[in-house]
Amino acid sequence: MARIQLKDLRKSYAGQEVIHGITMDIENGEFVVIVGPSGCGKSTLLRMVAGLEGITSGTISIGDRVVNDLEPRQRDIAMVFQNYALYPHMSVRENMAYGLKIARMSKDEIDQRVAKAATMLELEPYLDRKPRALSGGQRQRVAMGRALVREPAAFLLDEPLSNLDAKLRVQMRLQIKDLHQRTGQTTLYVTHDQVEAMTLADRLIVMNKGVAEQIATPHEVYTTPASEFVAGFIGSPAMNIFTVQAEKGMAILPGGHRLPLAALPASGQVRLGLRPEDLEIVDAGVPSIPVVLRSVEWLGADAFGYGVIDGSEERVTLRLAGSTAAARGDRIHVAPPEGRWHLFSADTGKRL
Amino acid sequence: MRRTVFPHKVLPWLLLAPQLAITLVFFYWPAAQAFRQSVLREDPFGLSSTFVGLANFRKVLSDPNYLNSVQVTVVFSLLVAFFAMSIALFLAVQAEKIIRGKGFYRTLMIWPYAVAPAIAGMLWLFMFNPSFGSLAWPLRQLGINWNPLLDGEQAMALVVAAATWKQISYNFLFFVAGLQAIPKSLLEAAAIDGASRRHAFWTIVFPLLAPTTFFLLVVNTVYALFDTFGIIHAVTGGGPGKATETLVYKVYNDGFVNLIMGDSAAQSVILMVIVITLTAFQFRFIEKRVHYG
Repeated sequence: MARIQLKDLRKSYAGQEVIHGITMDIENGEFVVIVGPSGCGKSTLLRMVAGLEGITSGTISIGDRVVNDLEPRQRDIAMVFQNYALYPHMSVRENMAYGLKIARMSKDEIDQRVAKAATMLELEPYLDRKPRALSGGQRQRVAMGRALVREPAAFLLDEPLSNLDAKLRVQMRLQIKDLHQRTGQTTLYVTHDQVEAMTLADRLIVMNKGVAEQIATPHEVYTTPASEFVAGFIGSPAMNIFTVQAEKGMAILPGGHRLPLAALPASGQVRLGLRPEDLEIVDAGVPSIPVVLRSVEWLGADAFGYGVIDGSEERVTLRLAGSTAAARGDRIHVAPPEGRWHLFSADTGKRL
Repeated sequence: MRRTVFPHKVLPWLLLAPQLAITLVFFYWPAAQAFRQSVLREDPFGLSSTFVGLANFRKVLSDPNYLNSVQVTVVFSLLVAFFAMSIALFLAVQAEKIIRGKGFYRTLMIWPYAVAPAIAGMLWLFMFNPSFGSLAWPLRQLGINWNPLLDGEQAMALVVAAATWKQISYNFLFFVAGLQAIPKSLLEAAAIDGASRRHAFWTIVFPLLAPTTFFLLVVNTVYALFDTFGIIHAVTGGGPGKATETLVYKVYNDGFVNLIMGDSAAQSVILMVIVITLTAFQFRFIEKRVHYG
């Protein structure tokens, strides 16, 4: 177990910078999820920590050691790959024991550790099978087991669940969470799936185009997104974001509707973000946003309404109660409760 | 695998016909001829032949020259197969590490395969001929008494080198393809598991290459036994003495030079049995240890 410290970490390929200076302290035992759309550099960042990619500038330390120039095997880390990377010619047992044998551990110790991991991951019946005789979920567990037995300073997981079907993914997600709580390993986890990110993380790194847009707890990322990108990326359905004109404490919305919002700048354009669940149906009399519904998806407990702001083509998504009577073509008035809105700079996208 | 069911029985045979015709004309018919010849004895003028049963076989197998040829073939084939495969594997692994100019390097490596065996033999002969060979002189300067025309071991080394050189390209091609089929993430996983490059090669890469290696083992054995005739013919002609006379070369020598048809036919039958047994053995016992991904 160890802390991982990243200091102004940068990476360039052929003069093109792809990771633009990431600084972060990962506490001992913390579960940190790196999340972002594909191509944002999240896997590259993880591979830099693992030592599979070189570092252009900055430092990485694991424990008290700067590991910049160390080979992956000297960094005391274990990694789970997206495609699991199980050794196809070895049995499950041999796969798990491979690293331990290299470390010249005694046979008893190896057997004991493999048995312990196999119990933890419910892999005992499969120990003598080859990977090709296993299902996707079992292979995934073997990959986890291979990382677990090494008892490394840190665990690195690169989209470990993305090759599984939806149901298995939920199961494995819970299992990973449970495993982390039992072992207390420092863990760095890469995913593009925001549900995995939100449920697993102690803290999130939301990445976009090689920049860490926000490093915070899932709760903080959701309630106070640091930028328009984070606001739009985290949350499903996505946050409604539109450009409004600020005028004496009033926001002039597309379609010319006025909504009083505290904390608006005196004038100029800002980006206003409203989460679908923060738009509540109100009476027509109070200041509100009139929305014309174009379709309603009923999901049981709740429903999603898709429409446009009346008098404009600005799309709005609403989260409605499951008991809603609203239907296609209805004109309804919605407004956010006090403080449940997000304002971002129209130029930089940063939170105001 | 998908099974196709043909509507009637003639069509499948028709589709197989060209391949069957080629095999019949170029393999079964000559093989049958060899069998027939091997139990006959021809008179010196080739006008009549008499049935002699297994006499030709008995004669061949008790001939010390033939036993010498067996020994030469074993040594020659083992050396050629081993060197051709290990050097090719080494080069393929090195070629994988190249980042720039990979394609160029690979093309260069494949060229020798396009050279006909006899020409390859001539190239080596020109380089190492004791009187005019361009590399024979430096060898002598190094204090080596280089004379493959008199020294059987040197002659053997020369034909082994020429035959190996020619086969490396072919093996290289297959090893490169085999290496590319191994996912990079396996090597990354091994690196993180603590394996050095060398350890990862022997524990991950080499076992996963086994199907390729096995295939090449079969092909190289057959190559060394048969396809090296041109090289031996061009470089040493089986000499000096009979130091480089392999089984195939002896079949040719006895049949077409000395015109002892019965002996030659008996030898080719024995050779055929050897190759079939060897290949069957390889498939039966070695293939079991091969892991197909």
